[in-house]
Amino acid sequence: MQARWGSHGDYEIIALTPNSPQEAFDITIDAFNLSERFRVPVLVMMDECVGHMTEKVVIPAAQDIEVTPRRLTNKPPEDFRAYEPEEDLVPAMPPVGAGYRFHTTGLTHDERGYPSMSVETQHVLVNRLVNKIARARAELCRWEESGLDDAEVVVLSYSITSRVARSALKKARAEGMKAGEMRLITIWPFAEHKIRELAPKVRGFVVPEINLGQISLEVERCAAGQAKVVHVPHAGGGVHDPESIYDAMVEVLS
Amino acid sequence: MSVMPLKAPPEEGSYPWEDLLRTDRLPHIWCPECGIGVAVSCFTAALSRSELDMDKVAIVSGIGCTGRVAGYMRLDSFHTTHGRAIPFATGLKMANPKLKVVVFSGDGDLISIGGNHFIHAARRNVDMTVICVNNFNYAMTGGQVGPTTPLGAHCSTTPYGNFEHPFSLPALAASSGAVFVSRWTTLQARRLIKSIDKALRKPGFSFVEVISACPTLYTRKNNLGSGLDLMRAFRDRSEIRHDAPLDELAIDFGGKIVVGDFVDIDKPTYMDAIDSSMETALGENYARIDALQTVLAERRALRDT
Repeated sequence: MQARWGSHGDYEIIALTPNSPQEAFDITIDAFNLSERFRVPVLVMMDECVGHMTEKVVIPAAQDIEVTPRRLTNKPPEDFRAYEPEEDLVPAMPPVGAGYRFHTTGLTHDERGYPSMSVETQHVLVNRLVNKIARARAELCRWEESGLDDAEVVVLSYSITSRVARSALKKARAEGMKAGEMRLITIWPFAEHKIRELAPKVRGFVVPEINLGQISLEVERCAAGQAKVVHVPHAGGGVHDPESIYDAMVEVLS
Repeated sequence: MSVMPLKAPPEEGSYPWEDLLRTDRLPHIWCPECGIGVAVSCFTAALSRSELDMDKVAIVSGIGCTGRVAGYMRLDSFHTTHGRAIPFATGLKMANPKLKVVVFSGDGDLISIGGNHFIHAARRNVDMTVICVNNFNYAMTGGQVGPTTPLGAHCSTTPYGNFEHPFSLPALAASSGAVFVSRWTTLQARRLIKSIDKALRKPGFSFVEVISACPTLYTRKNNLGSGLDLMRAFRDRSEIRHDAPLDELAIDFGGKIVVGDFVDIDKPTYMDAIDSSMETALGENYARIDALQTVLAERRALRDT
């Protein structure tokens, strides 16, 4: 939540969350690549368990890693405007020291990069910052799923909790419960289109999180009353007992 | 910060140093009688008399009144987040060692919020020139007490007088490892130009403190008169003592201001230290990365495809 709402003003951010050391490695490369492409900070959000985990990690040879090149302008300095967006709303940048003499500021700015406090500038800039990510939502949102097609209850989880949830799912399915799994890899932008698609088809979502309710609120918002949302909170210091997740699944179906 | 009447920017060709200042952004935001303009003029004069390739000079500021300097310089310029000008500049320099990197910011930004970055960049002797305008308070936010406010001085947050001991910036820079340390007031413009010039030529972490009037806040809060009165006070209170001992550089409220060039020593820069360490460890396998050449080559390759 802090990744998304930590600053003032509106903007969209990209935040990814791994559930294993291998994925932490892979996602970090993705994060750099997305950051180069969208010119936005990309957060790799690790929880304490995944962050301290030791597992086998396969590191590919450097030449086998795909790297997104920096978006460099093709324009000569005299035609260049620092924040003139390209088709996907992301502007290309010049290298420092190449004679562009451009300005960059943390203040809201116009296309030249100069601070500007006008209402019009805010409108153009803030909408561009939000839309450059929002427009790519379908492509950016990644999740792992199983059994969603005929699911009556969906366990939506992320990070270490997704591995605990798997144990609850195994038990429930063994008992014949039609249980689907959705494990978020991309947290922001949020996979709202998928939740909206599932909500009318399922009876409810179970959202276990190691907090007192964050992503569950997003699920609730997108389910919009069409499906029950049961949050399974955990205040930290350990991970969920799989039984608590199983119990919530039973509660959805009761 | 007072609101100045907006005038049209000067006509093209009518302004000196048009090649170095973004005249399309004038008038600037600083108050009448503020010393930042003098500091910028002296910096611009020093740049214009240097043999530096201005396309290879990058200026980095933080936040605050002096934080606005980068935006007025016709250079590759960066107005970064509060206190983070030095780490940003360190990144620029490390990725692109051929750049001349200048940090131009205020005392609150560089020494309080960015204080840790300041001492560690000096300790590592990162190759950059840091120019710090010291106006003894946080001006942009309303004249609050800062890390340089003299004992007893009145600020909006110390209505009964400041009771916190201030930093002496040249002593802090020198004891942290800076290789060139200088201090002048905005009265000694020619000497300031000369010292900025020396700082720009010095490899390693060079530091120039510019004591400046803040007529709208600090000066007024302390009944120090007009900007002109401040200049008189700078004349009366300044004591030019090159190489003065560091423990004699503290500024007491109303007391003397020792100015001059205090430190000018030679030692390997951070990049030199990396290179020699890596060359020792890796021998011929060590290749210093030149980011600018790399990105320019990438861009050429992109254009060709």
